[in-house]
Amino acid sequence: MQAVLALEDGRVFRGKGYGASGDALGEVVFNTSITGYQEIFTDPSYSGQIVVLTNPEIGNYGTNSDDNEAGHPYIEGLVVREFSRISSNWRSEQVADEYLQRFRVPVIADIDTRALVRHIRDHGVMRGMISTSEFDPEKLIARARSIRKMDGTDLARVVSTKEKYEWHKGPVSFGSAAADEPAKFHVVAYDYGIKHNILRMLRGGCCRVTVVPAETSAADVLSLNPDGVFLSNGPGDPEPCTYAQESIRGLLGKAPVFGICLGHQLIGLALGGKTYKLKFGHHGGNHPVKRMASGKIEITAHNHNFAVDPDSLKSSDVEFTHLDLNDNTLEGLRHRSLPLFSVQYHPEAAPGPHDSHYLFNDFAKLMEEWRGK
Amino acid sequence: MPRRNDISKILIIGSGPIVIGQSAEFDYSGTQACKALKVEGYEVVLVNSNPATIMTDPEMADRTYVEPLTRQYVEDIIRVEAESNRGGTFALLPTVGGQTALNLAVELSDGGVLEKYGVELIGAQLRAIKKAEDRLLFKDAMTRIGLDVPRSALVNNLKDGLEFSGKIGFPVIIRPSFTLGGTGGGIAYNREELVDILSRGLDLSPVHEVLIEESVLGWKEFELELMRDLADNVIVVCSIENFDPMGVHTGDSITVAPAQTLTDREYQAMRDAAIQVIREIGVETGGSNIQFAVDPHTGRMVVIEMNPRVSRSSALASKATGFPIAKIAAKLAVGYTLDEIPNDITRKTPACFEPTLDYVVVKIPKWQFEKFPGADERLGPQMKSVGEVMAIGRTFKEALLKGVRSLETGKPLEAEKIEPRLLTQRLVTPHPERLQYIRHALGYGYSVKQVAKLTGVDPWFLQQVSDIAAFQAELESSRDGTAEGLRQAKRMGFSDARLGKLLMENGRGAPERVRQLRAREDVRPVYKRVDTCAAEFESFTPYLYSTYEEEDEAAPTERRKIIILGSGPNRIGQGIEFDYCCCHASFALREDGYETVMVNCNPETVSTDYDTSDRLYFEPLTLEDVLAVYEHEAASGAPIGVIVQFGGQTPLNLALPLKAAGVPIIGTSPESIDLAEDRKRFGKLLEELGIPQPPGGMATSVGEALAAANRVGYPVLVRPSYVLGGRAMVIAFDDPTVIRYMNEAVEYSQDRPVLIDHFLEDATEIDVDALCDGKDVIIGGIMQHIEEAGIHSGDSSCVLPAVDIPDHVLRTIREYTFRLARALNVIGLVNVQYAVQREKVYVIEVNPRASRTVPYVSKATGVPLAKIAARLMTGRKLRDLLAEQVERASESGCYGLETGSFYYVKSPVFPWSKFPGVDTVLGPEMKSTGEVMGVAEQFGAAFAKAQIAAGQMLPTSGTAFVSVNERDKRHVEQIARMLVGMGFDLVATHGTADVLERAGFQVERVFKVEEGRPNVVDLIKGDKIHLIINTPQGPDPFFDEKAIRRAAVLRRIPTITTISAARAAVEGIAALQRGELAVHALQELHARRAAVTS
Repeated sequence: MQAVLALEDGRVFRGKGYGASGDALGEVVFNTSITGYQEIFTDPSYSGQIVVLTNPEIGNYGTNSDDNEAGHPYIEGLVVREFSRISSNWRSEQVADEYLQRFRVPVIADIDTRALVRHIRDHGVMRGMISTSEFDPEKLIARARSIRKMDGTDLARVVSTKEKYEWHKGPVSFGSAAADEPAKFHVVAYDYGIKHNILRMLRGGCCRVTVVPAETSAADVLSLNPDGVFLSNGPGDPEPCTYAQESIRGLLGKAPVFGICLGHQLIGLALGGKTYKLKFGHHGGNHPVKRMASGKIEITAHNHNFAVDPDSLKSSDVEFTHLDLNDNTLEGLRHRSLPLFSVQYHPEAAPGPHDSHYLFNDFAKLMEEWRGK
Repeated sequence: MPRRNDISKILIIGSGPIVIGQSAEFDYSGTQACKALKVEGYEVVLVNSNPATIMTDPEMADRTYVEPLTRQYVEDIIRVEAESNRGGTFALLPTVGGQTALNLAVELSDGGVLEKYGVELIGAQLRAIKKAEDRLLFKDAMTRIGLDVPRSALVNNLKDGLEFSGKIGFPVIIRPSFTLGGTGGGIAYNREELVDILSRGLDLSPVHEVLIEESVLGWKEFELELMRDLADNVIVVCSIENFDPMGVHTGDSITVAPAQTLTDREYQAMRDAAIQVIREIGVETGGSNIQFAVDPHTGRMVVIEMNPRVSRSSALASKATGFPIAKIAAKLAVGYTLDEIPNDITRKTPACFEPTLDYVVVKIPKWQFEKFPGADERLGPQMKSVGEVMAIGRTFKEALLKGVRSLETGKPLEAEKIEPRLLTQRLVTPHPERLQYIRHALGYGYSVKQVAKLTGVDPWFLQQVSDIAAFQAELESSRDGTAEGLRQAKRMGFSDARLGKLLMENGRGAPERVRQLRAREDVRPVYKRVDTCAAEFESFTPYLYSTYEEEDEAAPTERRKIIILGSGPNRIGQGIEFDYCCCHASFALREDGYETVMVNCNPETVSTDYDTSDRLYFEPLTLEDVLAVYEHEAASGAPIGVIVQFGGQTPLNLALPLKAAGVPIIGTSPESIDLAEDRKRFGKLLEELGIPQPPGGMATSVGEALAAANRVGYPVLVRPSYVLGGRAMVIAFDDPTVIRYMNEAVEYSQDRPVLIDHFLEDATEIDVDALCDGKDVIIGGIMQHIEEAGIHSGDSSCVLPAVDIPDHVLRTIREYTFRLARALNVIGLVNVQYAVQREKVYVIEVNPRASRTVPYVSKATGVPLAKIAARLMTGRKLRDLLAEQVERASESGCYGLETGSFYYVKSPVFPWSKFPGVDTVLGPEMKSTGEVMGVAEQFGAAFAKAQIAAGQMLPTSGTAFVSVNERDKRHVEQIARMLVGMGFDLVATHGTADVLERAGFQVERVFKVEEGRPNVVDLIKGDKIHLIINTPQGPDPFFDEKAIRRAAVLRRIPTITTISAARAAVEGIAALQRGELAVHALQELHARRAAVTS
């Protein structure tokens, strides 16, 4: 199967098609993680995006039901150098090619992905289209240009659960299964596109977890008597999500709050700050983040196109807790007087290193303290 | 935490001679550490016995000791250096010199030496080293932190070993404690094998201890390379997955980076475990590597071992990722934290991150079993390969095929040669040619699943090999030479040579025709960068690899440039010495303002460090790949030259074809190089010059060979043309040996005849390295071999300056060298080998190129020969580079450099302990893997030092066993007299005893092996013999001699096989008895020499 990727600025790559036949439209971003393609496929934060994986060999270990971060893939399309026809791993249940075909995700392979990544690095993220049926570059470029821009787009509402539900599964473990600990806290988690591993981590950290839709009001959340409120990751621009910012303002000081990624950006906005779009975002599993309090470095998983502007929060009562050492992006903050903290990156990893798991303990401690007050 | 200002002086211990399991990678790591610490302003002191290294260049450290790596000598260095240390802390960095440095540091610490002189260990604490190295402590530590390990027990005797194995069931793994590269290890499938391997392992372990372990054979094997700083930041630099399953030593495995078949969940579990391990073991700073095995069916992960130091794998990881592990380890050891060190490649981001790869790296080992007839070729837990290649491709397939062609193994295994019965066996039992057998099996219709079951290789890897085989078959039938077909093949990694066979009807010149076809269809490689970050950030270091993609990232500059061709994988006869020369060429020409471009594929070397040259192409050294680099670099139109004479035979073999393709080779012309290798033309030249050579002939059939042998007179030296390191050479004393050789040992043709020379008996061999600019000639050194002619020069100890060559003979040698260099119009280096028989000088061979001895001569004279040679090639003259010497030469006709009043002895190191059962006798085929140098004011002391450095502890008292052949009997009396004079008792076999008794010595007679018991081998095994002088009895070594030498190797008893070496040994023993032990820094020796000569 032939496939073509066309970018809005006119650059075109021709390769082989895998996965589903058809078209994919979205913002083209690259991810530099070596492992974890399945988690990337299924991370709702990639909604609206075509993902380029820099690791050239993809699909090697197949797919399995434990490594999903959501019920189905959220990426619009996939761009790789080499896509494995077979899978080899003791946990594999389905070859990656069949898996993406099943969920109607088109793949373009066999192109110079490094050239594409350099192009995005130099020119910023841009819209693009993969097609396995239309090969006229002019038409493809025109359609790429017609895609709605990510800036100003609220996608959290689109991917969020429509109904409240309870989450019961703890972290995936092989070998010795982790004992099911009794729940000590009740956490209400906003789903802006929440990754399953956040829920697993919360459950594993002795929390009863109730997941609520993005647009749930502060009052409704507080009526569930939470020990803490969690604000999840998610796709799109945080700015248009005014409903969420409003809910967060309603929660301030009423319950401990922990936010990740989009949740962190929404906190920044709720506190009166501003967010901005990065040139090509942070997407990978190797970013050094400095914890300001101790000076220690964590190797962290990132997946964000937007970031909170620290200057915009100078007048608020906020302490900057984490900093990206590659480009000094603000990666974490804590309120000085209210029980609230958030990080821009992904302590739940999946995929990525586990250096920041401690944040879930910090959240538990915060809830414990709050309960004591 | 910033740099520690309390430290003033740092001692770095190198890894000593190149041996199997500890190779050039430690020159790379040590050099990086020296450079990093010197830049930081510390006084750096280095000790390493290996003169062929870059690290022992006098400018790499403040004080460089080329001394034996034993407690005694290093203690003396510490004493001297502690005395001169002013103010600050004196520190020892033991983690960049392999197991040798680590073991030595432990010994110095345990012996109270470090405490006595107030030396602080940095980089790894003693407690951590012991915990990581002691298998039991390590296992306990792992269990404590909840990590799984194979079940095991440490035993000190056979009985316990048998009992434990009974409990866990066969097969079991046997690992002796504290040995290099798994020496003495093995797998036992039954009781009998266990007894055999266990007793050898107990023997070889310095602490007489062996670990017996549950077998995880056939499991998947992984390695993680970690770094940790004093602030407890830990990063994983690289993951490596072995193609070969558990059971094959990592050094003998094809390995792949990054790991290919782990999900993120599994990889992160491994990463978590690795971080737990480094913390629990307590390696505070620096690099460590941790090995894991994973059960492919259940995912059960066990920790196998940890190296609390920079290792071979870290060198590979550094080259695979662009992250300089050793350099950063050195900085961390002096207090920096990872976030304070910038990433050289991106410049903007810190070193505190985990590199990510957008390419695949494959490492393939190189074995040389052909050099060790009788050696067990099966691969197991003990490393047997002598070198390795690394290849970078955008896919595993591309990297694998580039790696295969980088190996220079010559002809691929042809399908016709494979017996079906052998095929299964080869798949089941790991073997150097396993990859080829896998390819054939898949071609024969074995399924990936079947092959996976037989080999234990992961199906994903096998699928890649199967795809390659299928594509090849398709190409063979379609002969698709279209642009699209070619591009597809090149993207998969096929070489032009292979495509030539597949696509072209007529094989002759096929690769060239493929190349032309590609040029016409515009199917050319592009070059991409290794940048640590998958292009996320801009990179500044042009560390490049070729691939067939869309975009090229390495547009050539407008600067005038020199391309230096490296030497490829290390092998016996072509090792680190050539890398040394290549690096020096790059250093010198960089200084002179050229852009230097290195091409090499050996990850263990300094030449493949990204900052050795302005540009590094990590590429196979084949005509196709080198031409592509040249064309790419030449595209800018800038002036360009290519150097082929520094990398040994590999680039020399490319010289003529490169020239034919229009590549400007600088230095001695390829025609001159060829002339020196061409018997007829070279013979004619010698005749014209009036220089004698031993009579010789050529043969392309058995009949011609016999005729030639009888014409020149026995004994004859028989060898194939065009070889390095004496591959397949023998000395024949009679017709049957020649017939056997021609029938069995060698392939020959009209193009490549067999060479037959009269062998000069009782001659002394001389090696000369000289520089020539086409007009003037300067001799770097005249080295006298200690073993007599007939022993390969690489296997012979030699001394500089010559000790007992009369002046007029030396004059003749100088004169001949001058004439030869001029006649061959040498521009650069030339090496000449002479044999002196009864004061007559014969030329044995001339090599107008860098030789193995260049670094050694440079260290001895303090004159960097390779640097000067490189400059000569760019048109500079000896008159301006060595003005004083040239002037002196023209006045006195003595063209030699001075070594001052010291003697420098070079001695070889052999891999016998890795190849049980192989005869250890020396001959015209080179067998040594490395070398050491001993320096002293007297010859005897220098020889003794070299022997000690080579691991041959010369005894100062005890019993000497003497058994010599008829020819040597007339010399034995003198040796015996000196030994007895020094208090030795003599033991001899009957023939030699008769001679000695007649001369009035008291001798204990001993049986030969077949004569009765106790025989000589019994005495050796009973530790009753301390020195063996045993010269071979004839062309075919008797079983007796083999048994003697074998037993001696196991007991580590010095075994001398020539009379001249015996004389040197006796002088060395005398020096040791006198207690001469002074250590000397090269910088001082050179300064002293300069003071004397000026």
